[in-house]
Amino acid sequence: MGKAGMFAPKKNDKNWFQRLLGLNWFIVLILMLIAGIGTAMLYSVSGGTMEPYAVLHVKRFVMAFLLMIIIATMDIRIWMALSYPAWFIGLLLLVFVEFSGHIGMGGQRWIDLGFMRLQPSEIMKVAVVMALARYYHGLDYIRIKSLKSLFIPALLIFLPIFLVYRQPDLGTSLMVLAGGVVVIFLAGTPRWLFWTGGILALTITPVVWGLLKDYQKSRVMTFLNPESDPYGAGYQIIQSKIALGSGGMSGKGFLQGTQSHLNFLPEMRTDFIFTAHVEEFGMVGGIVLLFLYFLVVLYGTLIGIGCRNQFGRLLAAGLAFTLFLFTLINVGMVMGLMPVVGVPLPLVSYGGSAMITYMIAVGLILCVAINRHMTIAPKGSGL
Amino acid sequence: MTGLAGRLYYLSIVQGKKYKLQADKNRISLQLIAPDRGEIFDRRGRKVATNKQDFRVFLIPEQSPDVAKTLTKISKVIPLSDRQIARIKRLVKRQRKFVPVTVAKGLSWQEFARLNVAIPDLEGMMPDAGLTRDYPYSELAAHLVGYVGRPREQDLKLDPLLQLPGFKLGREGIERRFEDRLRGKAGTRRVEVNAYGREIRELPPRQEAIAGNDLHLTLDIDLQQEAMKKLGEQAAAVVVMKAKTGEILSMASSPSFDPNEFNAGISHENWQAILADPRKPLLNKAVSGRYPPGSTVKMIVALAALEKGLITEKTTVFCNGKHKFGNRTYHCWEDRGHGRVGFMDAIAKSCDVFFYDLAEKLDIDDLEKVCRKFGLGQNYDIGIDGVRAGLLPTRNWKKKALGVPWYQGETLNVSIGQGAMTATPLELAVMTARLATGKSVSPVLVKTGAAAPAAAADRMDVNPMHLRLLHQAMHQVMLPGGTAHDYRNPKDSAKLAGKTGTAQVRNISREERKTGVVENDDLAWKNRDHALFVGYAPFEDPEYVVSVLVQHGGGGGSVAAPIGRELLWTAEKIMADKAQTSVQKPADVMEGDHG
Repeated sequence: MGKAGMFAPKKNDKNWFQRLLGLNWFIVLILMLIAGIGTAMLYSVSGGTMEPYAVLHVKRFVMAFLLMIIIATMDIRIWMALSYPAWFIGLLLLVFVEFSGHIGMGGQRWIDLGFMRLQPSEIMKVAVVMALARYYHGLDYIRIKSLKSLFIPALLIFLPIFLVYRQPDLGTSLMVLAGGVVVIFLAGTPRWLFWTGGILALTITPVVWGLLKDYQKSRVMTFLNPESDPYGAGYQIIQSKIALGSGGMSGKGFLQGTQSHLNFLPEMRTDFIFTAHVEEFGMVGGIVLLFLYFLVVLYGTLIGIGCRNQFGRLLAAGLAFTLFLFTLINVGMVMGLMPVVGVPLPLVSYGGSAMITYMIAVGLILCVAINRHMTIAPKGSGL
Repeated sequence: MTGLAGRLYYLSIVQGKKYKLQADKNRISLQLIAPDRGEIFDRRGRKVATNKQDFRVFLIPEQSPDVAKTLTKISKVIPLSDRQIARIKRLVKRQRKFVPVTVAKGLSWQEFARLNVAIPDLEGMMPDAGLTRDYPYSELAAHLVGYVGRPREQDLKLDPLLQLPGFKLGREGIERRFEDRLRGKAGTRRVEVNAYGREIRELPPRQEAIAGNDLHLTLDIDLQQEAMKKLGEQAAAVVVMKAKTGEILSMASSPSFDPNEFNAGISHENWQAILADPRKPLLNKAVSGRYPPGSTVKMIVALAALEKGLITEKTTVFCNGKHKFGNRTYHCWEDRGHGRVGFMDAIAKSCDVFFYDLAEKLDIDDLEKVCRKFGLGQNYDIGIDGVRAGLLPTRNWKKKALGVPWYQGETLNVSIGQGAMTATPLELAVMTARLATGKSVSPVLVKTGAAAPAAAADRMDVNPMHLRLLHQAMHQVMLPGGTAHDYRNPKDSAKLAGKTGTAQVRNISREERKTGVVENDDLAWKNRDHALFVGYAPFEDPEYVVSVLVQHGGGGGSVAAPIGRELLWTAEKIMADKAQTSVQKPADVMEGDHG
């Protein structure tokens, strides 16, 4: 609440309506395009019917979209102030699912809220980045250089990862880890730390391997050699590659995908929807969709670079990287570049949690963009 | 992102072709279309084996909200036993839910029509009309045509076509021997299937199946029917052949069986009944049954003696009912004896003593040669399996089989068609045809489309005067005083020529001779004499030959000859009709005979 000094918060001179107008509508349009492709693909893989998947998809997108607009047009200091509480609530929810969550798709992952299923691990993808951005916002260079400063970030990252991994959800835990590490890196933590960390990670890989569940091991093994078990664990990835490749340059045409319509493609509404898209629209369609995602990530990164306050910089860049991870892991997985870890393609895959996470993240980036000229005191949000 | 795009390029463009192929392999399943089996016609184009609509009904479990309920409803329309319902429920449980389960097959048109009417009420039920083999004349020609049945386990690998549900292949008779020609070639259709194997749609192009070739038999089904009627319930066989060409007009073996029952799956009770029947319904007695020919072989014996100069047409022998040779007495069938018997009477009255007498000097190996020349002891390929050759004893044969030399006394037995000698009714028919025409006629059953086989029949190397003599003797058989004379029908009888035979199947002891030989009627069935008859007509210009065997039927003159005479007359009548109505449509004949 300080009123004087160079760190005094710049008065937020824009009202809510002005902030709404300040939204980057180009990015909004791209999001709509991506969600539109998702709706079309859900329509297609459901055998040419809107009900129920495509309709629900649109409804969820509208809800998530409104949420995004609200988030984007709030004062960024509110989000800064909510960073730690969000992380803490996320952690509590993770603990809650650990003890009483519903069993779905082989893991304890969600809380049934009635109108939707809440996945606390999804919240964590954003909350960890927020909390880390908040933490490093108030840290000067000298403190950042010291190893001691890493204790809290490590806690912020590894506590949720531990719980997410126990669900078990290897994909999300890796995403949370990667998103967090990027924020720590961008904050200016010495490079050598990452080198040692990398080497350390390699050395403990055999230990981690031992800790993996059997189905997780089989996914990794299948990734390394899917043909070893064409009807078992390798089936998904083989069928996915067949679908992708058989689309060729321009695809088989909308509603003409044989692999998806004849059910050879597994999980085609959720994790493998990109495959169905490429089968019908070919390499061209696939690259167009990837390019749209790329624009969103690029935009987030540029916003991060151009933001004046440290919280916004780290938040936008960290979230942009998280958005990138969403696409990279899903697309890399269906193309056989990564193990099948069960990460959906946001806005396109059927399923609410990933979409909401993605839209919250984009909403926060947009919020950073609107408030990019604001300076915020290192001690806190000032609210 | 560039990496992802690059990977996408690699998958879609660099390896696109390979994956396209794999996607097609995934979704396209090649299925066979069963060809229509070739039909079998008689000589006048009537269908002896055909394909008929088989009305059946399937149930597709996934389309039925409640399988048990639907079945109950179906059973109100067509009868379903509890066992059938249990079987269907078992299949429904085991198979994928979209695979049709056969509920019933072989439905009548009425039942099928009622089911079709009830369709709206029976969800998941699918009536279907496929083809199944049908034998419109059922048991009439069962031994010749044979039947079809499910392929055996070990045959399944031979041709993927055999794995089609409901596919049948020839298991007996012509159906089996001509399997390759009747079967046809399978067509193929390409079907798009989903990951669970469910058919989605058919993809062009479709290669239609090529129907099997039809077969035409020399058989005349009318005559065949007449023959079966004449044989009745007896264990008997008849062959009617065209004398000059060897075309088999009728080949009946009684009792017969219904090949349709074998196609549909014969019930355990009926199968046991067939197996237990001492008259052996499954055996084609006309070609597989070997019987002592009895007196029907006497023409050949006489011919052998004539050719060797052992007798002439003027030879006479005094018959007092028995003939002593060595230390044995050989009996004539006529206890009281025939008195002085000349060549003609020896055959007309079938005097055994005349033949005992000439057999004293007859060499068994010479007799065998003449027998063979006239078609005995030979295996004929008429297109069905199970054709066997009768036994013609020789010195060599006996040495090999029994290790002891031939005794002339045995020649005496053979001279009246007893002893070791056996023949099949088909062989006897061939023998008669060769005697009647003087040509080496061979039997034919399946028209191959090639030139008439009669052209190939050579004139035989025997003295035509001797043949002429035999013809007259065989004519005498049919005249008053002959063993096969029809006193009620003397005029018609006189148009024929023939020879009766009564083959003994047991030894008559000396004691029995003293007290009088037991009458056939008083003997157990299996101890009664075989009744035989061979003949041809018309006497002047032989067109048809017949050979009749009634197993344990009694006297050849009283049992076999009437059948033979009737069939020769019928053959003449039918074939004369045929000449006028040879352009008769084949299809409309079945109805009258069957419906």
